[in-house]
Amino acid sequence: MPSRIGVYVCHCGTNIAGRVDSEGVARHASGLKNVAVARDYKFMCSDPGQDMIIKDIREMGLTRVVVASCSPRLHEKTFQKACQRGGLNPFLFQMTCIREHCSWVVADPAEATAKAKTLVAAAVSRVNEHEELYSRVEAVHPDVLVVGGGIAGIQAALDIARSGHKVHMVERGPSIGGHMTQFDKTFPTLDCAACISTPKMVAVAQEPNINLMTMSEVVEVKGYVGNYTARIRTKPRYINQDRCTGCGLCMEKCPKSVPSEFEEGLGKRKAVHRNSPQSVPNTPVIDPASCIYLVKGKCGACKQNCPSDAIDFEQQESFLDVQVGTIVLATGFDILDPTPLSQYGFGRYPEVYTGLQFERLNNAVGPTGGKIRMKNGEAPESVAIIHCVGSRDKNQHEYCSRVCCMYALKYDHLIKDKVGHHARVYNFYIDMRCFGKGYEEFYRRVQEEGVTFIRGRPAEVTDQARSEDEQGKLVVVAEDTLLGRPVRVAVDMVVLCTAMQARKDASEVARVFGVSCGQDGFFLEEHPKLGPVSTATDGIFLAGTCQGPKDIPDAVAHASGGAGQALSLAARGEVSISPTVSWINPDICIGCKMCVGLCAYSAIEFDERRRVCVINEAMCKGCGSCAGHCPSGAAQIRHFNEKQVFAELEGLTQRIVPVRQPAAADLT
Amino acid sequence: MQELIVTPEAQGEPMPGAAFEPAIVAFVCNWCTYTAADLAGTSRMVQSPNVRLVRMMCTGMVDPKYIIKALLGGADAVLISGCHPGDCHYINGNYKARRRVKLLMEILPRFGIDSRRIKLTWVGASEGNEFAATVNSFAAEIKELGPIDTRRLPLL
Repeated sequence: MPSRIGVYVCHCGTNIAGRVDSEGVARHASGLKNVAVARDYKFMCSDPGQDMIIKDIREMGLTRVVVASCSPRLHEKTFQKACQRGGLNPFLFQMTCIREHCSWVVADPAEATAKAKTLVAAAVSRVNEHEELYSRVEAVHPDVLVVGGGIAGIQAALDIARSGHKVHMVERGPSIGGHMTQFDKTFPTLDCAACISTPKMVAVAQEPNINLMTMSEVVEVKGYVGNYTARIRTKPRYINQDRCTGCGLCMEKCPKSVPSEFEEGLGKRKAVHRNSPQSVPNTPVIDPASCIYLVKGKCGACKQNCPSDAIDFEQQESFLDVQVGTIVLATGFDILDPTPLSQYGFGRYPEVYTGLQFERLNNAVGPTGGKIRMKNGEAPESVAIIHCVGSRDKNQHEYCSRVCCMYALKYDHLIKDKVGHHARVYNFYIDMRCFGKGYEEFYRRVQEEGVTFIRGRPAEVTDQARSEDEQGKLVVVAEDTLLGRPVRVAVDMVVLCTAMQARKDASEVARVFGVSCGQDGFFLEEHPKLGPVSTATDGIFLAGTCQGPKDIPDAVAHASGGAGQALSLAARGEVSISPTVSWINPDICIGCKMCVGLCAYSAIEFDERRRVCVINEAMCKGCGSCAGHCPSGAAQIRHFNEKQVFAELEGLTQRIVPVRQPAAADLT
Repeated sequence: MQELIVTPEAQGEPMPGAAFEPAIVAFVCNWCTYTAADLAGTSRMVQSPNVRLVRMMCTGMVDPKYIIKALLGGADAVLISGCHPGDCHYINGNYKARRRVKLLMEILPRFGIDSRRIKLTWVGASEGNEFAATVNSFAAEIKELGPIDTRRLPLL
């Protein structure tokens, strides 16, 4: 029986109809083979649009449906569900994109209309070959894996754990808290960062539903949505966490000092160290690269002095496999190293600091005890703060890091507050971006505190004095673009507002979890507006700055979003899995086993008795490696089989010559 | 309004005076290049209308016979585009595509099909501009190359 196809061409307001003659496309479609009805409508995705499809299926007995509108990545599911409501199997539907791939990108209306007709013809031709398919339902493992223990990971883990679901939290470093624990105050409220983050860190440690794994990384993820197995590697801490009381005697006795990463190189730490007394867990860690005992086999000062016998140099790397249903990635960001931007003199002049270093200078447990001091121990009389270092810069990162304007304002205030009102503060900015709640008010407040704002990106920071006043100072050379005049400002200290950037191993981590990275290096969300926390891989969600630069409120909100999405899957307990997987026709298969080696998921087995290859549908992801190679054509992907692709090609290679409407002037 | 549908039989003979408008079929993977094409559309990056996309789940499922079928069915050229090496949503499907296309490009010239009519590119999901540039440059290359004349091919 020939199929009865309904074709629906969307106007999308003027998004499509502004360039493509949607009516003409529908008229053209009505003449195509097996098309029972072709209509156009203003918004197909609206309720009346969907009802039109449902009504036609019921009343006209349609057996296939084609919708020509936006990208199937946007609304394929909407229309599949409409078909289902009308009583049609959702796989007897084909969607073709005449907006993103046609009306929005083809300049000439006649050419756009011709292309739309071709695309519709291809979809009509293809839908004839569609088969009924049925999704299978799988259970979702109730546990959730949270990767990263910064403020976003903490928020996500707490949200999930408090719902009663178990969370495995993996943190690479020795303690949780992330970058936020390095800060002193937070903008715009000037809340103390430690005061608001430590209660959350402690809550993680005390939450019975959270299994916290520090010094750990996820090295391999297998499975699919609802049923992931993650392999976690835990590096040795060399201190037994169960015995350690966190007294800190080992750190006192350790004879070896090295520059501290947590202090951004401004302070020293011992070979056995912890970030701060508030660290969670508060067990110190022995750094195998600097520990004298672990390098040379002699010393053991910590072991001799430990009152609870917690030092254990025999600890080995260990592996653990955990079963989870969903995964939340909260791996955070790195700070751009400004050394290659040599014009700013970082690393050359000792009084040039990164933003994070300046945070440590301000921090009460930092190297200066919270006093803003130069390397010579004196307070700076004048400070230049350079915005957008590595951000909004074609040579570094094109994007805006979104936090620098605000933390620069915070520094302005802190300098005025801690050094005294006489201290002069100069901001070199491109644009001030104070967009959040209370941010503009804070900007106004700092302006009123007598801070100088100079609009212009500095050309260089130099110690070459041109006048008496510049002797012994750092001179920031810039153009004040509001006055159109070059300026030289001599200061004691320079702070660089360095860009937030993706973790340097973000692409490797992305590969482990099967997500992708955007052009900016951050993990790519499913949709920039409507799917900012989900990824292209079902069951894997993003939280915080691993998706892009964010301030703390945004990172926390994003993390709660990621937790909510993970929870909605976990709470439902089941997920429907697409049936578009491979199938090997046993009547055609010659048992060459070519596909077995090609399958990246080990989803194909050879049936010795029947001498044919068989797909394990639970493991098959439908990539089509087997179908693309099968020499006998026995392996076919459901919904992407040879007949369907050939039919689509037949429609696609038809040439439809653009018909130009005669211009009004020609008619006269 | 009059519509002129040129049947496959009449292909390869452009109307006198009309500029040659190639038909180019693009097999693109759902996760990277199709997403990039969506992004190019959302960003309104004007592209040559000659390239029409076939959405595949992965370039690894593009059977060489699909490419041959497209070329024999009237396409002047075929673009295959997927995720960057190492970024495949299905671990390594794009490597498989790369091998197949390489072999196909060696074989097709022996049957009279210029290997420049096949192009394999990697366009990641966030590279909308890269996608538009690929489409435009490939369409320009094929316009230069002229129509495919499958009727004169020795295999037919």
